[in-house]
Amino acid sequence: MSALVQHPGYDEERLQRVCGQLPCRDVQAGMLLSLMGQPHQYSFPSIFIYGHRSSGKSHVMHVLLKELELPHAMVSCVECLSVAVLFEQVLLSFFGCDAASLLPRSPSLSDFVRVYRQQRSQRPAEQTRYIVMEKAELLRDADANLLPALLRLQELVEDNVTVILLSEIVWDKFRPNTGCFEPLQLHFPDYSKAGVSQDKHPSHSAEFYSSYINILLGVFYSVCRDLRELRHLVRHTLTMKETDTHKLWRNIEPHLKKAMRTVYLREVSSLQWEQMQQMEEKDTGAVRGLSAHTHVELPYYSKFLLIAAYLASYNPARTDKRFFLKHHGKIRKTNFLKKNEKTSNHLLGPKPFPLDRLLAIFYSVVDSRVAPTASIFSQISSLVTLQLLTQVSHDDQLDAPKYKCAVSMDFICAISRTVNFEIVQYLYDFL
Amino acid sequence: MTSGVLTWHSRFFVCCLFFSAEDHFLHACEGDENRELRFHLCHDLWDKIKTNTEALQDELNRNILDSLLDFTRKCSSTRRHSDWASQMRASEIPTAALVLGVNVPDHDMTFKSLSDLLQQSVTPHVASVQAKECGALKHLMKRVLERLMDTVVDDDDDEEEEEEAEQAGAPLNKAVHCSLGTLCAWYNAKTKKSNLGTPGKKRSSPASDDSQPPPVVIIFKDLEAFNPKVLQDFILICSRYVQRLPLMFIFGIATSPSTIQHMLPHSVSSLLCIELFQSLSCTQHLATVIDKLILTPQFPFKLNGKVMQVLISIFLYHDFSVRNFIKGIQLALLEHFHSQPLSVLCCKKEAALLNVMQLGHLDLERIRKLQSFKRYVEKQEAQEQVNLFTDDSHLKGVCQKLIKDLRKYHKNYYPILRCLHTLTSSLPRYPLGKQIRELHLICLEKNIWENEEYQSAMKLLKMMAKDQLIGLLQRCEEILRPVKSKKMNRALVQLEDLLAKFKQLDTVAAEPPPPSVEDRITSPVKDLQKKTDLFQLQKALLEMNESRRSKKLSPFEALRNEALEFIDSLVKSHLSPPESQALNEVCYYASSATVRRHLNAAPRTSIQAALSSPYYYLQNERLQTADGLVSNAAPDICIVYKLHLECGRLINLYDWLEAYATVVSAAEGDEPGSDSFGKVDDVRHARFIRAVSELEFLGFIKSTKQKTDHVARLSWGGC
Repeated sequence: MSALVQHPGYDEERLQRVCGQLPCRDVQAGMLLSLMGQPHQYSFPSIFIYGHRSSGKSHVMHVLLKELELPHAMVSCVECLSVAVLFEQVLLSFFGCDAASLLPRSPSLSDFVRVYRQQRSQRPAEQTRYIVMEKAELLRDADANLLPALLRLQELVEDNVTVILLSEIVWDKFRPNTGCFEPLQLHFPDYSKAGVSQDKHPSHSAEFYSSYINILLGVFYSVCRDLRELRHLVRHTLTMKETDTHKLWRNIEPHLKKAMRTVYLREVSSLQWEQMQQMEEKDTGAVRGLSAHTHVELPYYSKFLLIAAYLASYNPARTDKRFFLKHHGKIRKTNFLKKNEKTSNHLLGPKPFPLDRLLAIFYSVVDSRVAPTASIFSQISSLVTLQLLTQVSHDDQLDAPKYKCAVSMDFICAISRTVNFEIVQYLYDFL
Repeated sequence: MTSGVLTWHSRFFVCCLFFSAEDHFLHACEGDENRELRFHLCHDLWDKIKTNTEALQDELNRNILDSLLDFTRKCSSTRRHSDWASQMRASEIPTAALVLGVNVPDHDMTFKSLSDLLQQSVTPHVASVQAKECGALKHLMKRVLERLMDTVVDDDDDEEEEEEAEQAGAPLNKAVHCSLGTLCAWYNAKTKKSNLGTPGKKRSSPASDDSQPPPVVIIFKDLEAFNPKVLQDFILICSRYVQRLPLMFIFGIATSPSTIQHMLPHSVSSLLCIELFQSLSCTQHLATVIDKLILTPQFPFKLNGKVMQVLISIFLYHDFSVRNFIKGIQLALLEHFHSQPLSVLCCKKEAALLNVMQLGHLDLERIRKLQSFKRYVEKQEAQEQVNLFTDDSHLKGVCQKLIKDLRKYHKNYYPILRCLHTLTSSLPRYPLGKQIRELHLICLEKNIWENEEYQSAMKLLKMMAKDQLIGLLQRCEEILRPVKSKKMNRALVQLEDLLAKFKQLDTVAAEPPPPSVEDRITSPVKDLQKKTDLFQLQKALLEMNESRRSKKLSPFEALRNEALEFIDSLVKSHLSPPESQALNEVCYYASSATVRRHLNAAPRTSIQAALSSPYYYLQNERLQTADGLVSNAAPDICIVYKLHLECGRLINLYDWLEAYATVVSAAEGDEPGSDSFGKVDDVRHARFIRAVSELEFLGFIKSTKQKTDHVARLSWGGC
């Protein structure tokens, strides 16, 4: 901790405050500060920080830049629908709206550099300016010249500016094949178990709270290291009062197990969980989670269309004769199929099929005579919008469109049970 | 192929349903004289039905909408709490997952009333977006911003935007592009303004007793259809702003809530605080609509059994859409008033009686030709029959009476139908159907008491336990009580009598029952346990049965039989099918074929009909032929189509051309045997090629690479 406090060029009191806000991240913060150097010194052109989700990357940067009052621009790459947004935000936070408005419509990188240089000549940097790019992995999908340019922005604009990229992915995956300036890499490790238990709670004593967190970690640490998720859990499971410390571990455990099933998967919302907790004393039935509602009501023919689609997706087309013709003759499974078809179709996933085949199967599985009316066809397209079928061919292809069935075995079994259709008898895999 | 049909179909649908009703009636072909009157009757009736259904749907949606509103209020209020838990929750975006069922056409109305309600009572900032207008994140963002800020957000008018922002006194970090930052600034300006008390657009919400900012609600109407990537990015962006902007989402889900988990990875869904709301299932919805709209004497217009069947089967088999069901009723209503001149009598009692007096001679002749009226006449005496057929004014008098009778019939029919449904709907295996609409359909078809299922239902009722039966009869009593009709009042009195007797039975039964009955039943049972032989057992059981049948009925059983006979007599006198009523044609719309043709269009059938018998559409005498044949003079495409039906899966183009040339030469009057007969000249060749490409366009054939100069037939072509 002392390492963090002693950095020349920064106010000691402020460093002290930063320190307080960054538990378990003092090493990384210290490292960053020494990389950044004193405010007026030129810093390294680009720094690349990576670490898992919620390992404190953005938080550390945010606290450092904010508390030390350094000029900076925090940009999230998700938000940058176009590079224009990115450029604008940077110019806006460094030079104000006037500068941002100098950018032409749909600006290019050179426009940005031009405007930046123009502004810089009027207001040269007294301190290092920082551009922090969150979720930098999205930069890989941007224009090819953007990432290399950002990496050496310092040279391009001839200003004391440092670009800091925050990412969950290692630098190796970024490196463009044309080569580029290598940024300085910094790794943020996950918070350790001990680190997590240093968290503070306003209404509980530190000792109680940390021991509680230790118990919780015993259950959850093996499945979840995401700090945000752990906090979410702690918040929702911490319902007892401090005087109840004599409550035994065995009393908490089932409680936590239940939380693992529901809260962790966000099956129930936090509000619902709180209500559940309040109701627990009255012992009412548990709130059903999101995935408990899988039942879907469909019109009668839609069910059969879906069944037909499933059969078409999971049976090889050559076997249709065997299932849907009355006098199909003897077809034995072993000789009949090519070698590669012997693997289970359910392992391979659904295969595309043309509309013709879907309708042919539909008319042979549905038990009544159905006129091929427009509503049958519109049901196919509504199944596609409900994402129970997916259209494989392009939308423009009008003749013989192809589809895939996108529902699971369980789902289709439930559907066929409601119409008294034995789907398993028609599936080649289960012969 | 599908999408082509769809657009065609929907256009057709629009044509027949939203066809201006007045135009429709201008072309009325039947009974010109009272055309306008009928149009007004139809119009008034439809207005009434429409307001009724709208009220009904509001009522049905109220529950779920209320809980949604509560949710939004609660969410916006918890934001202010400063306790630890709510502070941590503040980073989550409250989200309501609204499961609406697969009847997508109905959703629009729900969302409309939802956003109206939200705007009225919670927040003025509501934006709803649909998947089809948000292909990319940029578009989604643009739509949301446009709808919330009520301005056109475009990169084109950057300057304008900026000016606007400066006027609003936006903070420095104002972005001119369409981003949430813009929205944030706008929102801050908006709330600041309203806090200062300047008169703004914002309505003061009842919950905002203090300066609590109204939430910004974004409704995703059809979650399934959204591109998952777009949605994920949008949520990620929103979560960055949730501290500054009280956002809230409503997801409209058609299938099941697990779609959320399919579409959003954990890292995104953990940014949401999702709560589930399940709406009424569409079958329940339909049941209520039928109950309130069809099973009531309130509206004079009725559907007969077949039309009902068509509408219900379209609902159950095809779309689950209540909206389309009501549209179907509208179509039937329009068709009825359009095609039946006597529908002038299909209105309120007083108006109908008045209209009878104003009927012209032509209309009276129409009445005389009605099937139901003929049947009525046959039952009258000879002199009366002559009078009815010759004396117009006498006929008018009789018609008035018959109209009154028809009204009475309806008044009694529905309560008795409900009573019968109450009694039978809880029987094992539902002999008369679970839903009242099934029972109604049976009653519309024929005399229900001749139905086998009715007999078995009665048998089951005769075995019912006392408590259950009394409970059911009491419910019947409740149904009959509010009905204002003499016959029903009488029936009510009788029913009350019966119930009183059942109650008396209770007090009597408190005394010890005669032991002899007990003995007689129990002793053979005791014997049974001793017997091991199968034959003996069977015999004993038969005997037991006999003895039970012959044995004297207990007072309860006697009373039960009496009650059921009473019900039976009610059914027989009131639940006869409407066809048996004189003048039922006035109120009942019977053309199920028309409804089916309009609502459940079969494009393939009509294309095939056009191709195989062109006379049907072209009405040219030369085209008239015997069934299955095509005249030589038919259009080229018909001849080509006919010839292609004779081929196998692959068609040799040259053979086809030859055959075509032969047919065409015959049509052009060439002598068979002459040189030019069947010869392919340039013109014929060109005509053939055109016809073939038309067939290809219609989807009957397609080019193939399997064989040169061949085309493939498509089994599902033309649809």
